[in-house]
Amino acid sequence: MAQHPLAIAPLLLLAALVYATGLLAARRRGRSWPSGRAACWYAGLAAATAALAGPDSSFVAHMGGHLLLGMVGPLLLVLGAPGTLALRALPVRQARRLSRFLATRPVRFLVHPVTAAVLDGGGLWVLYATPLFAVVMHSPLIQLHVLVAGVLLAYAVVGPDPMAHRPSPVVRSVALLAFLAAHGILARYLYAHPPAGVPVADAENGAELMYYGGDVADLALVVIFCWQWYDPARFRVGGRRPPQPWRLGSPSSGRRVTHGG
Amino acid sequence: MTAAPQAGEHTGRTIASGVFLGLGVVAFVDETVFHQLLHWHHFYDRSTPAAGLVSDGLFHAFGFFCAVGALFLLADVRRRGVFDARRWSGGLLAGAGAFQLYDGTVQHKLLRLHQIRYHVDLVPYDWTWNVIAVVLLVTGAVLLWRSTR
Repeated sequence: MAQHPLAIAPLLLLAALVYATGLLAARRRGRSWPSGRAACWYAGLAAATAALAGPDSSFVAHMGGHLLLGMVGPLLLVLGAPGTLALRALPVRQARRLSRFLATRPVRFLVHPVTAAVLDGGGLWVLYATPLFAVVMHSPLIQLHVLVAGVLLAYAVVGPDPMAHRPSPVVRSVALLAFLAAHGILARYLYAHPPAGVPVADAENGAELMYYGGDVADLALVVIFCWQWYDPARFRVGGRRPPQPWRLGSPSSGRRVTHGG
Repeated sequence: MTAAPQAGEHTGRTIASGVFLGLGVVAFVDETVFHQLLHWHHFYDRSTPAAGLVSDGLFHAFGFFCAVGALFLLADVRRRGVFDARRWSGGLLAGAGAFQLYDGTVQHKLLRLHQIRYHVDLVPYDWTWNVIAVVLLVTGAVLLWRSTR
């Protein structure tokens, strides 16, 4: 039981250092890197750290931490585009090896939106709706699972890194929808079925926070997902914008022409 | 000779944008007005069957996904210069009406997943609900029909 709440903090510190090394290496290689991306990465790490270090005395506080660790943090980390940074920072040969590794079947399976949605949504149901909760509530392994599953889902749905054989937007939106529904249904379920050892009033407040807080995080995810469809160039790291690409290839749908003018 | 934007092009996208937004708006109104302002529904009704919980959760997620997606579709048809207000509002009203009618007939009456209000005589509520739905649906269908002629 007496596990330290900050047991996975060293991993976060390591992630901060590795990213910084990548930034320096990319700069040495003469490759630029948008500061907004770096800001996202460090904000994500800060959110995850806050979740680990924050109060965990009540179910409400626990749920606040869960939202930061499992949804807000992962989304920010993914927007930090660590894969693209690695490709820019590594020497060509190693960068090629990395892309080949990312295109292997096991990796593709792991970052498939359906896998990610099942790991994330299913994991939450197992954690909160079974007696497991009382046993492992503060376990570092569970915290790590929540963080990693959140990252996988955000990466699968809106990851800006180049991805081999990325599933179509339809597959991604269906998986995302399934996860959103599973999250919302779990929140309502917990309202009436508090996890073992949680007082009713605390569980009700925690469940409402999970529901509405989850909605805010999900909304961000959905907006970014749709925005990527609308304007892909904006989300490509350092991508050049072709002038109005949606007008290319269909001249007849060009600019609006007023009649009889 | 002026090259007007071709009518057939992106018609589907314009209508889809309207329909999705209509669906999202109905889902949103249901959540805010009936749950949070009137408190006719509760965050969790112990009388709600498990299937109702699941379908509510699905429609909640689907509703706001639709609303966001619809706004981006709308932005897309506008930047292409093929936006047709009548066609779009036809889709909007038809989508809102169709979803409300589905909710009022299949979900409320056929599957009995949840009701508009509890502990009251439901007949006037059900009639109001479904009549509004049909009016929306018919108005939307007429607009759509006139816009595509």
